[in-house]
Amino acid sequence: MSLNVNHIDKSFDLTRALKQVDFEVKDGELFGLIGPDGAGKSTLFRIMVSLLIPDSGSCTMNGYDVVSQYRDVRKIIGYMPGRFSLYMDLSVEENLAFYARVFGTTVKANYDLIKDVYQQIEPFKKRLAGRLSGGMKQKLALSCALIHRPDVLILDEPTTGVDAVSRREFWDMLKKIQGEGITIVVSTPYMDEAEMCDRVALIQKGTILDITNPLEMGDDDVPLFALRSDRGVYTHLDKIRKLEECRSAWLFGDELHVTLRSHIDASAVVSTIECWNDPSIRWTSITPSVEDRFMGLIQEEK
Amino acid sequence: MKRFFGFVKKEFQHIFRDVRTLVILFGLPVVMIILFGYVVTNEIKDVDVGIWDKSRDQVSTEAIQKILSSGYFVLAETIDHEEEIESLFKSGKAKVVVVFEDSFEKRLLRENRAAIKLITDASDANSAMLVQTYLQGVLANYFKSVNQAGTIPWEVEIKSRMFYNEEMTGVYMFVPGLMALILMLISALMTSVTITREKEFGTMELLLASPLRPREIILGKVTPYVLLSFINAMTIILLGFLVFDVPVVGSLWLLMLECMLYITLALSLGVLISTVSKTQQMAMVFSMLGLMLPTILLSGFIFPIDNMPGILQWFSTIMPARWFIVVVKNIMLKGTGFAFIWKETLILLGMTLLFILAAVKRFNIRLE
Amino acid sequence: MTVASEHIIEVKDMVKKFGSFVANDRLTFHVYRGEIFGFLGANGAGKTTAIRILCGLSYPTSGEIRVAGHDVYHEREKIKRKIGYMSQKFSLYEDLTVSENIRLYAGIYRLNRKQINQREEQLLERLGLLPIKNRLIRDIPLGWKQKLAFSVAIFHKPDIVFLDEPTGGVDPITRRQFWEMIHDATQEGITVFVTTHYMDEAEYCDRVSIMVDGRIEALDKPAVLKKKFDSKDMNEVFLKLARN
Repeated sequence: MSLNVNHIDKSFDLTRALKQVDFEVKDGELFGLIGPDGAGKSTLFRIMVSLLIPDSGSCTMNGYDVVSQYRDVRKIIGYMPGRFSLYMDLSVEENLAFYARVFGTTVKANYDLIKDVYQQIEPFKKRLAGRLSGGMKQKLALSCALIHRPDVLILDEPTTGVDAVSRREFWDMLKKIQGEGITIVVSTPYMDEAEMCDRVALIQKGTILDITNPLEMGDDDVPLFALRSDRGVYTHLDKIRKLEECRSAWLFGDELHVTLRSHIDASAVVSTIECWNDPSIRWTSITPSVEDRFMGLIQEEK
Repeated sequence: MKRFFGFVKKEFQHIFRDVRTLVILFGLPVVMIILFGYVVTNEIKDVDVGIWDKSRDQVSTEAIQKILSSGYFVLAETIDHEEEIESLFKSGKAKVVVVFEDSFEKRLLRENRAAIKLITDASDANSAMLVQTYLQGVLANYFKSVNQAGTIPWEVEIKSRMFYNEEMTGVYMFVPGLMALILMLISALMTSVTITREKEFGTMELLLASPLRPREIILGKVTPYVLLSFINAMTIILLGFLVFDVPVVGSLWLLMLECMLYITLALSLGVLISTVSKTQQMAMVFSMLGLMLPTILLSGFIFPIDNMPGILQWFSTIMPARWFIVVVKNIMLKGTGFAFIWKETLILLGMTLLFILAAVKRFNIRLE
Repeated sequence: MTVASEHIIEVKDMVKKFGSFVANDRLTFHVYRGEIFGFLGANGAGKTTAIRILCGLSYPTSGEIRVAGHDVYHEREKIKRKIGYMSQKFSLYEDLTVSENIRLYAGIYRLNRKQINQREEQLLERLGLLPIKNRLIRDIPLGWKQKLAFSVAIFHKPDIVFLDEPTGGVDPITRRQFWEMIHDATQEGITVFVTTHYMDEAEYCDRVSIMVDGRIEALDKPAVLKKKFDSKDMNEVFLKLARN
């Protein structure tokens, strides 16, 4: 196991940031931690990289305890904090060279590992980091986190605030890095990124709601349907919600995603919908995405 | 070692890329010493003095001659009424009035005692005190010289409270004080700000999560400022010598060593401040209020320690600058050797060790 | 949705240069009264620059721009009175309570005491914030904060509200509730001008513009754009456009 998180609790003053968080990440796995801001992702990551001490529970990284053996942990991890934290007044190559030296290595020694990422920003290597665009900053930060060839890469919300194109590129790069045998733990508030991970943990208010393989979902006992309409689905939202059979209904892109109280209700709903005088309505049974699952779990909580 | 030099290099890059840092680092000392220096010398050169000589005898006339030929004072007016004193002050014609009591010489010869009143326009307390001290000095010199033959000394009550040196050149006093102030400012303020900047920008999080040890981080951040502060100290001494003719009477080597000690002390204070401040702003306020002001007010740099109320006198003993000023004055102006300043040096050394210990202890290896 | 044909925002050949860098290159578009207008683009495409100009916070280099019937060169104060603004980075004062924030904004728009009390009560009740009205903003969850910020931004019933990434980092349910609030606002005749990085949210807009390198490369209804670019969702449209 690359990472072993063992019943961790952590509080700040009166707020319980993490409650009995417990999971494992296998060697070479790309593991996602998905949840909104304030769910406790950064706190958990800071415990994992030995920057915070849990109130109870333990955490080991490649077998090293993050509290008692923190010096060993710090040698084998590459960490990218949630906030862009490179030196704005140093150039791209100066930042990279600095972090290489901090870890007692050189840019040259590990150039092959960072090549794919770094080549994209290399044309701007003389530019100060503060003048880079969001996507480029991210690539630089990733290069710096990789420069010492860590065993485990810990990335705290690397794609937050970054546009869809850069996000897609970023995930492609992570896949390649995973191919080099590096274990990756990454957090994100974007549910659609879940499918890029081998497994994801869904976290909300300091609690892990579920750990799942994003591609193997579906055998869910809550029936999920999608409603589409050329007239726009928003007009149907209130009506659907008023149905007795409806457990929940939410906007979902150009669809409504509707969960019902039981499988038997489906036909009743179909006949009701037919009375709405919208021939363009399409009603189909679908397998839930990670986001559907997440929304279901949050509602159960409430 | 490679790690360390990498860190130092990065730190120099920060410094040389930030115009504001550079201005504070190199502009400030030069501007301050020239400004302070000239303000002081000007005051002392052109003070308007009013004379009320009730006695008009040989001694008083000669004493007046001495005052006016000293180069520090210019005769504004001679007066002979009490009311004229106030009008002189009000019109701004004079800053000080010297009053010789009647039968001045006779009293001296008969009773061995006579009085001179120095009435100063105290609206500017600082320069008033300065002026008084200068006058006292000039008069004391004069009475000493005329009374050399006399067996019983004349009692003309004149006491110098602020200045040690008989030549009474203000800049001399200023250089040690300014050095203590500037080095404290540059070293403590700059280091505390540069460390908290890493916290504020989140880069500290990465440094902490790396294999760097706390002492490597601290040393890496501080080393450039040791060098730069030392250059500053030397600049101040050089400027003092070139512009204001302030010599280094004693050993330059000893002076440099003491400077290094004081710089180390100030830097460790800076590190200590950085461990208790979350933002650059906080670090700045701490350094300004906690270090700058006390250094200016309580070190004896501007206000004589002897004149302070008891509790402030006690406070001044925990001001590193107070001891450093004594050390520098001794080496630069008196030319004394280590034998005379070992006590002060020991105090500084003790303080330094204390601050380093506290700073290292408080410097966290984690985020909380 | 009632989309009137009136242009509440009218932009013609808007150019903004910073030195030799062209942040906005001859932007020409309009926004209808009462619609939800999605303003998308990659980081650094020039969205923020454009929004700042439309809100009267900076001058364009050239071009004709009218917002809520007023010229952005000469009538900035009038524009500011007719718009609301909310961004992810700044929306409410963290060290004031929920109630104090509401009263502050109400005060800025010169409501009298009675109106303020009434509107505050209504708002708190609608958002379900009554029990925590005396808590500091910094202590309440992000989702609630953003909903409150939006309500405050439309408190004075502006013609247009500008939302700059209003849902960043918010949980999926709160995000959807937020969009339902946006819809409700348009029912009251408020025009919504919104940016987002969530591509599913682009689907909720009446019309969407996509900026690439300072130019608007596409502008239409989401359904039309998807057809035009032969894509299954807006994410694909965006990737196709932004990658070339």
